[in-house]
Amino acid sequence: MNGNDCMTGVERIRSAIAKRQGDATAAFMPYVLLGFPSRMESVAMVQSMADAGADLFEFGFPFSDPLADGPTLQAATHKALLNGTTTRQCLDIAKELRDAGITQPFCAMSYYNPIFNYGPARFIEDAARAGFDGFIIPDLPPDEGEEMEEACREAGLALVYLLAPSSSQERVELVTEHSTGFIYLVSVLGTTGVRASLPDYLTDLVALVRANTDTPVCVGFGVSNGTQAAQVASIADGAIVASALIDTVLGPNGADAVKCLARKLAQGAHGH
Amino acid sequence: MVDSMQAIFSADDYGVHYPDSRGKFGPYGGKYVPETLIPALEELEEIHATAMQDAGFQDELNSLLETYVGRPTPLTHARRLTEHFGGPEIYLKREDLAHTGAHKINNALGQALMVKRILGKNRVVAETGAGQHGVAVATVCALLDMECVVYMGSVDMARQAPNVFRMRLLGADVREVSSGSQTLKDAINEAIRDWVTNVPDTHYLLGSALGPHPFPVMVRNLQSVIGREARRQMLDPSVGPGQLPDVVVACVGGGSNAIGMFYPFVMDPGVRLLGVEAGGRGIESQKHAARFADPKMGRLGVLHGTRSYVLQDEDGQIALTHSISAGLDYASVGPEHALLRDRERAEYFYCTDEQALAGFELLCRQEGIIPALESAHAVGWLPELMSDVSSDDVVLVSLSGRGDKDLDTVMAELAPGA
Ligand SMILES: Cc1ncc(COP(=O)(O)O)c(C=O)c1O
Repeated sequence: MNGNDCMTGVERIRSAIAKRQGDATAAFMPYVLLGFPSRMESVAMVQSMADAGADLFEFGFPFSDPLADGPTLQAATHKALLNGTTTRQCLDIAKELRDAGITQPFCAMSYYNPIFNYGPARFIEDAARAGFDGFIIPDLPPDEGEEMEEACREAGLALVYLLAPSSSQERVELVTEHSTGFIYLVSVLGTTGVRASLPDYLTDLVALVRANTDTPVCVGFGVSNGTQAAQVASIADGAIVASALIDTVLGPNGADAVKCLARKLAQGAHGH
Repeated sequence: MVDSMQAIFSADDYGVHYPDSRGKFGPYGGKYVPETLIPALEELEEIHATAMQDAGFQDELNSLLETYVGRPTPLTHARRLTEHFGGPEIYLKREDLAHTGAHKINNALGQALMVKRILGKNRVVAETGAGQHGVAVATVCALLDMECVVYMGSVDMARQAPNVFRMRLLGADVREVSSGSQTLKDAINEAIRDWVTNVPDTHYLLGSALGPHPFPVMVRNLQSVIGREARRQMLDPSVGPGQLPDVVVACVGGGSNAIGMFYPFVMDPGVRLLGVEAGGRGIESQKHAARFADPKMGRLGVLHGTRSYVLQDEDGQIALTHSISAGLDYASVGPEHALLRDRERAEYFYCTDEQALAGFELLCRQEGIIPALESAHAVGWLPELMSDVSSDDVVLVSLSGRGDKDLDTVMAELAPGA
């Protein structure tokens, strides 16, 4: 038993982010799509990200209709489904990773229907048992989150809500009040995918969220290289990276290249 | 004269008012969307409420419905069809005679006008399955001088080729969607992705009584012109039978022509409301779009922002659907239909491809009307219905569109190799 076992999922997430909180530092949170390109390769990818300096993990569960995702993740989730990846298998993979000694907090990123179909309460119970600490559900705003919130509260797990550049003051207040673990700040209007640069308004956007809460703010959508991770670190508490990792793992020498990119992202986020 | 939108509000006098302020029809409906879109949905709720009460807006909409769309559409007494069955008198509400050939224009015109006049947005994106909604949107965008992008699955582009050409003639940018099942559901995904990206200047003109609140109620209100006219025409002895129908039949894809037809009759307890879904090659084959009829795949779920019945696999992945009619080929159904069904206010059946084709041919031969394959599902249910009604009953059928767009499909089915 280590000290981690006495903490709730929310606390484990908060603590992992707190370790990196600073003026020019932030947590590095890579996204790994479970079952992609294959079950084994996704497990290896997590190990590789952990070695490269990941502070937390976002684990993607594939869904047939990923309407918040751009072409990279659409193609990848399609492949994961063709591999026969199911919600149950995603939970099993997480368990396997815990058994293999990966200690970073795990957030499940899933669209709502597979969770709804599984049964929200049962899903959270099984996810807790598999070693998950929190959930990110892109098509579940707080307006519809009551059932999930209640079950998460009971299990001590985080339900992370999202904010976007279009969010009004009212929405910022609502989301910051309900989000636990951290706030997922979507940096751009649009879907997931690599972007050449981060938008100029990002600093003000983070400041707006911070003015309403002490909950950490992690930035995702578009963060794709070490420089951008460092930019995010200078204003926020975490940098979330998905599409850039997937594009890279699909390229030449994928496994090595993605580890190299992860190191640069971690260095950028960690301020060295 | 076009029946005014105001009449809708008296319909709520019958007791309960759905949806509630959170966009729920009982356990159905809601707003399951990325946070990015919430402000746009809140804005839509506001302009919908404003538009419903703004006499100037209503006048402009009604005048366009009359002088541009050609409303009211006629009520036709289907004498030979009645004779054919030797049973109840059958009447057809002729949405096929509306401009662009289907009921879809009622909604497209209403939404576009709201967005243009009240919000000042000038770019519209839309999804289309059969192409009828896409053609309607392209048409009103030409009329109102708005930029128009239509997303359409590759499979649907192939089977509804004439409509693709029509949209392009009308100035729309038709974009092919080759992801997923390459049909309506994937076109909706892509339209939503465009909307998320361009939300400050873009309106998503959703084509059925589906999606996140306020779309289901907004589309229902705009389509209820069908039922309001039909109800008045039925009651008027110089046009119709001079009585309310005993049974109303409509096909149900997302559910907009059906809800538009049903809603004004909901308070008339003697009127049976029947929706007909696409049974494809039969429920057993799993190649269908009958959300209510398949206890295994059709379960409560969340798709495209709303909670309703959804065809899905054991793992909650959305099922691939099949129907001979592109406009009914969709995995979910409007939330208000799910509520009407729970309350036993409406009943839902399905027609197979074969029954729909039989309905198609029957209406061609008996009435000289070539129906859309979607509408042919309502006609195709009539033989079954006959055992369930008495011969002095009156049946009203929603003829939601005309079939010119479907000639290639029907030719391939009825005269293969010809
Ligand atoms: C003529 C016609 N009828 C019916 C439908 C089905 O849609 P809904 O159920 O929304 O009326 C369509 C859809 O494309 C259509 O074109």
